[in-house]
Amino acid sequence: MRNTFAQTFYEAAKLDQRLAVVVADISPAGSMQKFRDEFPDRFVNTGVAEQVMIGMCAGMALRGLRPFAYTIATFTLFRPFEFVRDDLCYQNVPVTIVGIGGGVTYSTLGGTHHAMEDVAVAAAIPNMTVIAPCDPAETRAATLWCAGQTRGPVYLRLGKAGEPDFTSKAPEPWEFGKLRYLKRGRDVCILTYGPIMKVAVGLADLFEKAGKTVSVVSVHTLKPLDRDGIAEALNTHRQVVVIEELVPRGSLAGQVKEIAWDRHAQCRLDGFTLHDHFIHNYGSHNDLLAAHGLDLASISAKLGLA
Amino acid sequence: MGKPSPPKFDIVAARRRCLAYRRRILDISQQVTALHVAPAFSCLEMVDLIYHGLIRRDPSRGNPGFLDGFVMSKGHGCLSQYVILEDLGVLTKTDLERYCTPAGQLGAHPDYGVPGIEASTGSLGHGMGIATGMAYADKIRGDDRRTFLLLSDGEFQEGSTWEAMMMAANLNLDNLIAFMDLNDFGGLARMSEGHPAFYPVLEKIRPFGWEAIEVNGHDAAAVLQAVVSRRGKRPFMVVGKTVKGRGVSFMEHFNIWHYRSPSKEEYEKAMAELAEVCS
Repeated sequence: MRNTFAQTFYEAAKLDQRLAVVVADISPAGSMQKFRDEFPDRFVNTGVAEQVMIGMCAGMALRGLRPFAYTIATFTLFRPFEFVRDDLCYQNVPVTIVGIGGGVTYSTLGGTHHAMEDVAVAAAIPNMTVIAPCDPAETRAATLWCAGQTRGPVYLRLGKAGEPDFTSKAPEPWEFGKLRYLKRGRDVCILTYGPIMKVAVGLADLFEKAGKTVSVVSVHTLKPLDRDGIAEALNTHRQVVVIEELVPRGSLAGQVKEIAWDRHAQCRLDGFTLHDHFIHNYGSHNDLLAAHGLDLASISAKLGLA
Repeated sequence: MGKPSPPKFDIVAARRRCLAYRRRILDISQQVTALHVAPAFSCLEMVDLIYHGLIRRDPSRGNPGFLDGFVMSKGHGCLSQYVILEDLGVLTKTDLERYCTPAGQLGAHPDYGVPGIEASTGSLGHGMGIATGMAYADKIRGDDRRTFLLLSDGEFQEGSTWEAMMMAANLNLDNLIAFMDLNDFGGLARMSEGHPAFYPVLEKIRPFGWEAIEVNGHDAAAVLQAVVSRRGKRPFMVVGKTVKGRGVSFMEHFNIWHYRSPSKEEYEKAMAELAEVCS
């Protein structure tokens, strides 16, 4: 995702001189170096200083540029939170803040580097748009959308690097603000977003082995949420499962339950999120997900598929 | 570029204007119970200089037609900005009469989107970063606009101000000109008592890569002289020593006037003092 973001941004920025990137002592790998070499004026490194990273982006946007702020998710959103809120959201300027390592992606770095509540926190701010692509191809589509948009600030939540492809064979393209079915079934619908798509795909296999047909959906746009699309998913499947790498408060699972109540849904509905507590575990991303009960074995057991 | 020069600054006219602005602010103070009179009085001469002596304006480009930028980082000083924008015809008399009322568009802090207001401030420590981004954007786009910035001394207690100051210096933003309203008062205590290590101030500013000079912030001629005679290779800051509540004897150095509006009696006393100075 990181490399795809850098490559896509480079391509977009070659065509649009308003695009700039402000990083705080971390750079996307790959093509960002190409961008930096070709357009040194449009690459700023504030060092370990996230408040000025956001403040500068606001000022640059107020002067007509389209800046992207880029660093690890905890530092792009939590550390300069009030600058994100006041400078970007209150003034409603088109700045994209990219959070790399959403959720517990940084699985060996400990709790200081886990963005467990980023989507909930970002979505709570008026004017903020929140997007979380699930694979490199969606990262490309989302980055291009962010580069061209003028509606206001965006929080773009990415994973890290090396995520597999989930969407190149999807029957429908990425469209901002719309659910995206990666495949369609009639019995079960799995709603998810971000790199934890890998668990959703594994779960779909298990359901299919049990004789069910399964829809797998990337809910890449968390705000504005496609409430009608979710209502339709709830009303056209017997069972809906939400899987996400986020704390329960402010989760997609909670919002889907709210929509289910409002729209009188009759399906079975289960939500799986990170636990509402900090953990002190280290290991692979899968190890960390397991510690939060978000691994395939734990989820399938709870759903009676084991 | 063919941009007009900064307006000619007449010091006698400026004194007359600032007196009228203080009276206008006191008029407004009779309409609402709480406002920031004293913080507006301390920075008034510097804001007047920025608008009347430094910012270039081209009316043919619409209203306000400012060719230079201004960020009021100490948002609580915005009454000084409002009365000047009214005088310049950017805001209307009605705008000011409706200050802090449901029908109006002006609040106790500046709001982006209001005519003449370039950034929403009020939370302290934000202006330096925003202005740094503005000045940098102008630089890389080849726009000769300058960005003026007014900060309270209290904002130098915010780490974010220093983060941005370092970046402005790193980026050689010689198009960024800041003014510190060194009135020595926070909301709770005197800066010199709570943060004695802040002094001497210039010794803190200059090592961050800024060109800086300290002058009497109420002496507009001295402030102007400092700006025009700067070397101008780096971001520049005027540290303006000021008096909180300047112009009304019983408001000067009394921190209660950070928030309080004068009673009818106090208002009349203050207006009489300001009339006296005028004559």
